[in-house]
Amino acid sequence: MIFSFDLLVNAIVSGILIGAFYAAVTAGVTLSFGILDIVNIAHPAFIILGSYVAYIVNTTFGLDPIITAIIVTPAFYALGAGIYQIYYVSFEKRGQESMRGLAFFFGLLFITEVTLVLYFGVDYRYVEARYIGPTLHFGSLDVPLRILVPCLVSLLLIAVLQLVLTRTFIGRAIMAVAQDQLALKLMAIDPIRIKRIAFGISIASASLAGAFLIIIQPVEPSVGREYIGRVFAICVLGGMGSLPGTVIAAMLVGIVESLTSTFYGPSWAPAVSFGFLLLTLAVRPAGLLGR
Amino acid sequence: MRSGLFLLICLIVGGGVFAAALALGNDYYFFAGYVVLQYVVLATAWNILGGYCGYVNFGSAAFFALGAYSTVAIHRLTPLPIPILVAIGGIVSGFVGFGMGYLTLRLRGAFFAIATLALAVVLETLIVNWDFVGGSRGAYIVRPETIAPFGSYIKYLFMIMMLLAVGSVTIARLIERSRLGYGFATIRDDELAAEASGVPTLRLKLIATTISGALMGCAGAPFPYYIGYLQPSSAFGLDYAVNSIAMPLIGGTTSWVGPLIGAILLGSLQQIATVTISSAVNLLIVGFLLVGFVIVAPNGIIGLVHKYLQHRPDDMVGRRRVSTDAPEVAP
Amino acid sequence: MTGLLEVDNLGKRFGGFVALESISLSVRAGERIGLIGPNGSGKSTLVNCICGTLRNEAGSVNFDGHLLNGATAHQRTRRGLARTFQLPRPFASLSVADNLRIPLLYTVAARGGSHRSAKDLEARCIDLLREVGLDNKANRLPRELTQVEMRKLELARAMAAEPKLLIADESMAGLTHSEVEEILTLLKRLNEHGVTIILIEHIMRAVMSFSQRLVVLVSGRKIADGDPDTVVRDPEVERAYLGQ
Repeated sequence: MIFSFDLLVNAIVSGILIGAFYAAVTAGVTLSFGILDIVNIAHPAFIILGSYVAYIVNTTFGLDPIITAIIVTPAFYALGAGIYQIYYVSFEKRGQESMRGLAFFFGLLFITEVTLVLYFGVDYRYVEARYIGPTLHFGSLDVPLRILVPCLVSLLLIAVLQLVLTRTFIGRAIMAVAQDQLALKLMAIDPIRIKRIAFGISIASASLAGAFLIIIQPVEPSVGREYIGRVFAICVLGGMGSLPGTVIAAMLVGIVESLTSTFYGPSWAPAVSFGFLLLTLAVRPAGLLGR
Repeated sequence: MRSGLFLLICLIVGGGVFAAALALGNDYYFFAGYVVLQYVVLATAWNILGGYCGYVNFGSAAFFALGAYSTVAIHRLTPLPIPILVAIGGIVSGFVGFGMGYLTLRLRGAFFAIATLALAVVLETLIVNWDFVGGSRGAYIVRPETIAPFGSYIKYLFMIMMLLAVGSVTIARLIERSRLGYGFATIRDDELAAEASGVPTLRLKLIATTISGALMGCAGAPFPYYIGYLQPSSAFGLDYAVNSIAMPLIGGTTSWVGPLIGAILLGSLQQIATVTISSAVNLLIVGFLLVGFVIVAPNGIIGLVHKYLQHRPDDMVGRRRVSTDAPEVAP
Repeated sequence: MTGLLEVDNLGKRFGGFVALESISLSVRAGERIGLIGPNGSGKSTLVNCICGTLRNEAGSVNFDGHLLNGATAHQRTRRGLARTFQLPRPFASLSVADNLRIPLLYTVAARGGSHRSAKDLEARCIDLLREVGLDNKANRLPRELTQVEMRKLELARAMAAEPKLLIADESMAGLTHSEVEEILTLLKRLNEHGVTIILIEHIMRAVMSFSQRLVVLVSGRKIADGDPDTVVRDPEVERAYLGQ
């Protein structure tokens, strides 16, 4: 383990940048789990799906992955809305969301991964874009553009989501549905419709996060699995339903992972987020009603 | 029926299956049967925590692999007879199950489920980095060709797994009919009300997690001998994770019968299908069946049978009927 | 003189919201207490804190001479505290009889002292079913019960724990006049057998006829505690609660 100041600085900066990306990945879960209390463990699978969509369009038409993702967003939104509708009718309405709802999402996660393996195989896929390759140099600090660009767009995405949640009517209705469904009904707003919209937004964000992912690193179907622990750890650490909290938590996780990876080796990265997960779960207020 | 009699019947049935496979004359049936029996243990074990208590474990592969890798680790030091390896695998996995439960079971079931997912990933990372057990290169276990009085070694392994299957089904049934089983059902139905009624929910959940994890570890312990060459990707395979959930959910989660039916049906289908279609398509079908059943037939095959026979509501637990003097009110 | 239940300066907040502030309450063995207050005043939160479902941040709860702080809900039930839930929470997959067996198996049988045989507990189960009039539905599932039967089951399940103190949380909401009388009779009979009862209700007629002492909770604070007729005439109580 060679300690050098340059290495440290690079690790921390890289951690912050990756952290911003992690925040974009987690934003969808902050929405679905933190605010709506839907345990969508299949979220990483939708992100990988987004990555592959970006990959197909990029290799076929040469279109920039982020542009692709933005174009495909409505399709992902519709997918999310459809999935929520099934989830609601089959589980939430019947009060079965704890066991069967979880199994449902696990099934989706599984089906998505296996379908991708069947279609694309287990080879790593990557995209081409003008900003993949060049690296900015600030003295001894190296900032690859392929990480910087997704990082900046991630922060933009989160800012947009936060504005939607706090300034628009739909956004505030979403925050309200988490707290008091009855009050919403009395205002003649259908809470189910609101949740459907929110879940749709959650999955739509996954298409963008997927584009970011495949810009940052090559992707193959099982890559999603290491994000499950990470994403929920960040969501819980960030205070569940708070997007700003998610950003801070994501950067914290990013930095610790980066430091661990630089000084101890990259194969230990999944253990970091698991450690965070256990730590946050252990420190949370105990009790069945504690939230 | 008393548990002792049930155990005896199971052993007789098991013996019958063994004899039938023997009569078929081809060792292939023992290889295939081993896998099906393995799933009986995994599905039954999963159901003790998932079906009875309502706490979903996504990391069955982790507990299974712990059992397998305990065997590998010990094999490097000194070869031990398989029954002892089974016991050790069970202890190691049970211990890890207890530890993880202790950290996460005070909270909602969702957090426990997520933690089990993360555990599977982390454990695989640890094993891949541990050269003593072969790491990513894998580990070879040389198994003897024959063993008296069975003849081929696979018959011996088959018998061990049969005993484990009989054992786990008997344990599940025992739990179901005991005070413990009632307690588990209340945790699943309404944990808050269970606590208010005097049920020590944390203690019961820890018991369920430990037993469930231990049984999975027991199922994993003989695996290196079965497969000969163990790689992390096969021990932590996707098929274990999805099958241990799909089989009980498709068979029916309220009783020991469900996982048994699910494992035998699905397990046999997959053994047949693996020869004809690719294993990935195989798994895809299981995934679709899981999602389909969970949406359409949440109480599984047992539930469907009950509904169509209309004997009793398809999701009722417990069989003891109270005889009071009052006349039964017609439904 | 210390009572059976001593609540001392209990406080509970949810984030920034103060649900309960400095609640002190003393309940003597055998008493019939009525607890009233507008919706959202903290009645159920108080019950949850006393029974251990929620953890209070300030103050203490003393029951039967034991300090309860930190004890889990099931430990408190085993000490002799039982409660019903505002919205009945039966064990949906268990029969009506099995619902009663749970507290018998896990509370009564788990208490130290005289050992109760399985036969004894079975007889107790049947007795309870008869007492609340559910013996002809013993093998039904809770979802097949009517509203009032559900509330009786909820009450019977609390009674099965053989408590020293029973908190009945809005056991009569939505019932007809005669159904309310049925529940009241059950509770009075329980009290005659020595069980201390705290009745939380909005039906004033029932509360007044039942209570020996009336406690009023408004916005997380106790504003009155005493003789029912006197409390009801207290101008502050009128303004805060009855006037609404």
